[in-house]
Amino acid sequence: MANLQEKISLLFPTVKIEEADTLTLTLEPAQLHEVCQKLRDDSELAFDYLETIVGMDWTESLGCVYILNSTVHGHTVSIKTSTTDRENPYIPSVADLWAVAVTFEREVYDFFGIIFVGNPDMRRLFLNIDWKGYPLRKDYDDDPSLNPCSIENERQSDDTYVYTQGEDGQVIRNEKPIFAPDDFVVNIGPQHPATHGVLRFRTALDGETIKKIDVYMGYIHRGVEKLCENLTYFQTLHYMDRLDYFSAHNYHHGLCMCIEKAAGIEVPERAQYIRVIMDELSRIASHCLFIGTFCMDLGATTMLFYTLRVREQILDIMDKTCGARMTFNYDCIGGVLADLDKDFVKDVKDLLAVLPANIKEYNKIFTGNVIAKNRMTGVGVLSREDAISYGCTGPTGRASGWACDVRKTHPYSLYASMKDTLKWDEVVMDEGDSMARFKVRIAEMEQSARIIEQLIDNIPAGDYCAKVPKVLKLPKGSWWTVVEGCRGLFGVYIESDGGVNPYRLKLATPCLPLAAAVDHMTSGQKIADLITIGGSLDYIVPDMDR
Amino acid sequence: MFDFSIVTDWINNLLGGFMPSWLVTVIECIGIGIGLLLVYALLALFYIYYERKLCAAFQCRLGPNRVGPLGLLQSFADMFKILIKELISLEKTDKFLFALAPYLVIIASMLAFAVLPWGKGLQIIDFNIGIFFLIAVSSIGVLGILLAGWSSNNKFTLIGAMRSGAQMVSYELSIGLSVLTMVAFAGTMSITGIVEAQNNLWFIFSGHIPAIIAFVIYMIAGTAETNRGPFDLPEAESELTAGYHTEYSGIHFGFFYLAEYLNLFIVSGVASLLFFGGWMPFHVPGWDGFNHVMDYIPGVVWFIGKAFALSFIIIWFKWTFPRLRIDQLLSLEWKYLLPINLVNLVLMVLVIVSGFHF
Repeated sequence: MANLQEKISLLFPTVKIEEADTLTLTLEPAQLHEVCQKLRDDSELAFDYLETIVGMDWTESLGCVYILNSTVHGHTVSIKTSTTDRENPYIPSVADLWAVAVTFEREVYDFFGIIFVGNPDMRRLFLNIDWKGYPLRKDYDDDPSLNPCSIENERQSDDTYVYTQGEDGQVIRNEKPIFAPDDFVVNIGPQHPATHGVLRFRTALDGETIKKIDVYMGYIHRGVEKLCENLTYFQTLHYMDRLDYFSAHNYHHGLCMCIEKAAGIEVPERAQYIRVIMDELSRIASHCLFIGTFCMDLGATTMLFYTLRVREQILDIMDKTCGARMTFNYDCIGGVLADLDKDFVKDVKDLLAVLPANIKEYNKIFTGNVIAKNRMTGVGVLSREDAISYGCTGPTGRASGWACDVRKTHPYSLYASMKDTLKWDEVVMDEGDSMARFKVRIAEMEQSARIIEQLIDNIPAGDYCAKVPKVLKLPKGSWWTVVEGCRGLFGVYIESDGGVNPYRLKLATPCLPLAAAVDHMTSGQKIADLITIGGSLDYIVPDMDR
Repeated sequence: MFDFSIVTDWINNLLGGFMPSWLVTVIECIGIGIGLLLVYALLALFYIYYERKLCAAFQCRLGPNRVGPLGLLQSFADMFKILIKELISLEKTDKFLFALAPYLVIIASMLAFAVLPWGKGLQIIDFNIGIFFLIAVSSIGVLGILLAGWSSNNKFTLIGAMRSGAQMVSYELSIGLSVLTMVAFAGTMSITGIVEAQNNLWFIFSGHIPAIIAFVIYMIAGTAETNRGPFDLPEAESELTAGYHTEYSGIHFGFFYLAEYLNLFIVSGVASLLFFGGWMPFHVPGWDGFNHVMDYIPGVVWFIGKAFALSFIIIWFKWTFPRLRIDQLLSLEWKYLLPINLVNLVLMVLVIVSGFHF
């Protein structure tokens, strides 16, 4: 970190650099774009991956925290910028540097009202277009009469806004239509069998060919981040089951790790073993469901039942230990809530015994099928550069040749402590098409099974949870933690003012960038390809909407 | 083989004994109409049950097993439910065409029903261009689907209808050509003639290579004609929700649903007629004893059994394969099936001319 700090201070002598949880640069909005560009383009820094943009309200100022990562060197840096103008807060956009920033900035605008000058699509992302106020601002008025539950049709706009800075420094708002006037626009969703939840694609078509897609999100936006600000750290955990409900364990793991890091809590080894095994079981279950639903999207209905068979077995294991099949709420601060069920080891071994035969069957039925090959090969190609620029992590990124597995790049828990003894491979493919995304997931199931196999017999005895104070206060500061969910990088950003509840809790979920990349991947393809691509990205709508 | 024309002639003569001939025709038409409707409905209900049971077996499930013994009454219950459901009339549809479309679809499949040979002498009309008539009337169905998609005034149904138009018109060529191949082999277009020509050996055996090629193409094109998976693009569930019949409810939807299953039966029935001898029992030249035993099984059983067996294959396709994409579907037809078919027709003619068949 010291090395990196030196390099950055050489490049930008005027910027304030502090060494906190991550290296933090604090700068004026006017400098932002220039600094970001240099950080990205300098070959020794190469911050080519924007992990998230955290909107912040520090009461005296509004601002953002940009968390950047280098896929070349693996180092992380955060950039803080803020403006004191609460009426018209302007910050220059970095959408031209990282493609995913368009969506991230829209989210910040939606919650904080910060206008990003130069963003090509400055609309709200999740909330209704005539929502009053910006909910994550600390002075937000949450009086229900201001934003009553409407019984009218949702008001829609076919226009978006672009803010540009004139020569005199004045910011001008320009209206821009989303679609051309004679476009044939079909609403795919929000109620549609293939959108996997209430997501809506406004699709401009030319015959069967897609011209443009406007992804319309927010139908299950619940304001988890806002809710968490009024909860204690223990209570915030419950929401992690309700984002990506297939990687509930992984998300719990991530938030727990972030809180434990801030509070300095040591997790007993037994708990770490349990957490990692649960994470990997979730991954197998999640990928099983992916295969099933993906094949169903392509029209091969029967596959779903074959994959659900394995998933049921995993859910039964979870049920016995956690007492639930979906919302496990099992990881807690300091360890896990309860000890393993007495049959756990035996059940997991039974699962591992049947898994290879099942995977073989999936490949036999589907992967080799000529129709399936035609439908998937070369469809929705995402190049490595685009995957990084759009921040598409997880199996999607790895299918594009980007080795982005957090378990390898930023190892945590057992992946770090057993780095040399735990044998498993990161699955990376180069094609970047739907077929590669499908195959990566199948191969990842095998790798997860391999990890569990090595751990299941060696779960150490001891406590399953550390001693944690009943009232947990985090010291003042901010922390950033990443874990590998089933669909990619899950990041947690906590800013604490020293109280019992987080001042700001940002959940950087993998599915939002995936949805943001849909338009890029589908343009020029057929309608049927939209289904293939959407299915192969495997986004979860509650995870992107939060 | 028992000849059903004895029974039908007897009824005809009996009625003709005390009635003017026009009244006889009217009464016979009504009787046949009622019989046809009854068979049609029962068969469709059975097919729904058949497919649900088969698909359940493929998917490690049990399928319907609550209503009646082995769930046999399930499709009756479903049909009753569909009959008493409300026909929702939509504001911005073209009312007349919207109501007409399902009838066109069902009329097309009922007309095609008329020429199926159920047994010796057991068919509604037997005339010298029977198979030609069948192909002609079955293409009325696409009109109904196009109308349904257009009149619903919905973007999804419109895309579904366009797809189905492109698909059915293309695949009709393949059906026509593979039928033509077999007609050339049989030397007649009359349904009875085709069946009688298979007295010694079914065409699939006697016509060997060209017949097998024609059969494979016929099955592929037939599946596409009935809009079933992997060619179910017009109603591609995961893309277009329900395609052309998205806006239909109640019995209007039921008509589309029934017609789909009946078309499945018709396609397999015609396949059994052209390649497996229709109602003709399995005969091997020279094995007189064996042939004699086979003759004891009634023709109706042979025909229905063959049709069900062929339907099994089509249902099997549907529940195993993923769906094709529209451009892949059309290139399969125009780039592969059609040229193969044309070459196959020439091959068949050469086989006939050279007498190189059994």
